[in-house]
Amino acid sequence: MSEQDQPRPPLSRRRALRGLAAAAVIAVGAGGSLRFLWPRAQGTNVTIGGPFRLKSPDGGVVDSAQLTGRPYGVFFGFTHCPEVCPTTLSDLAQAFAAIPDLPADFRVYFISVDPERDTPDVLKEYTSNFDPRIIGLWASPEELPQIAREFAVYYEKVPTSDGDYTMNHTAVVFLMDRNNRFRAAINYNESLDSYVKKIRDLIADE
Amino acid sequence: MRNLKRLILAVALIVAAPAAFAEDFKVGDITVSQPWSRATPAGAEVAAGFMTITNGGATPDRLVAASSDVAPMVQIHQMSMQNGVMEMKEVEGGLESPAGGSVKLEPKSYHIMLMHLMHPLKEGDRFKIELTFEKAGKVTVDVAVGGIGATKAPGA
Repeated sequence: MSEQDQPRPPLSRRRALRGLAAAAVIAVGAGGSLRFLWPRAQGTNVTIGGPFRLKSPDGGVVDSAQLTGRPYGVFFGFTHCPEVCPTTLSDLAQAFAAIPDLPADFRVYFISVDPERDTPDVLKEYTSNFDPRIIGLWASPEELPQIAREFAVYYEKVPTSDGDYTMNHTAVVFLMDRNNRFRAAINYNESLDSYVKKIRDLIADE
Repeated sequence: MRNLKRLILAVALIVAAPAAFAEDFKVGDITVSQPWSRATPAGAEVAAGFMTITNGGATPDRLVAASSDVAPMVQIHQMSMQNGVMEMKEVEGGLESPAGGSVKLEPKSYHIMLMHLMHPLKEGDRFKIELTFEKAGKVTVDVAVGGIGATKAPGA
């Protein structure tokens, strides 16, 4: 059992960031054959997040500069994901339902690490299963490495025996405050109470 | 009167038996208990199957293959979380079922990976997976579908 299985005391932000930085490995190329470490951590001053402009499934563009003043969340995943992605999005939707005063314009952006298969239309259909506040964003194969680096997100294609592939990826919900600064992370299988508390803290934060 | 009692007993057994044994599937020394899966979001092409495999025999066996009529491609995968990274890999050479022991296919661990789903799985559905064990042979199990975010078998 990993430590993620246990109800955990709030980690210090520094420790959490160190864990994320340790995971900041970017894989490039089919089959993840080429990898390099991105030296995101400089001392303990790790920055999570950065400016992005990505296509939303309704044909518009979401520009992080326009999100200033509005807290939001970001989660990287892919639709051919059997467990962690649907579970996390389903948990987020349940957490939203448990926060009646959650602003209608609060968003969690689901960014696919599999842009070839997850076209904007696929993302739109997929996210529609959960909550209207969960929005799929499409980063093109050219844009994806940049935003993944900004969020210290690791992803890699894993070929399967029949010529298909699945993906390994960082499965953390990044909560960003109203100044586009990283505020907290939600790890896989944190309790619903923990989701609710972290999102409440985020929206209460000035 | 005795006949009536026997009749009542017989009826009671018939009624109770399916409830008690519906979730167990046996072949040779292998028992597969409580197979389940989760409803899939529209647009999703994959699903995971979970179950407990118990080997009552004195020699280890292996789950070497699986197939299903809901998905043309079925594999045995292992999922793990390391530093917030979800990792998935195909289990090479099949999943060992130790002699006299159990192996659990469950969230965050081993699962039957159903790929290229023919249709979304809906909560309350049931579908079949055929499992092939190296020694015990083939067994078809009836899989119960729970909710999208379910963490255990429906009704468990």
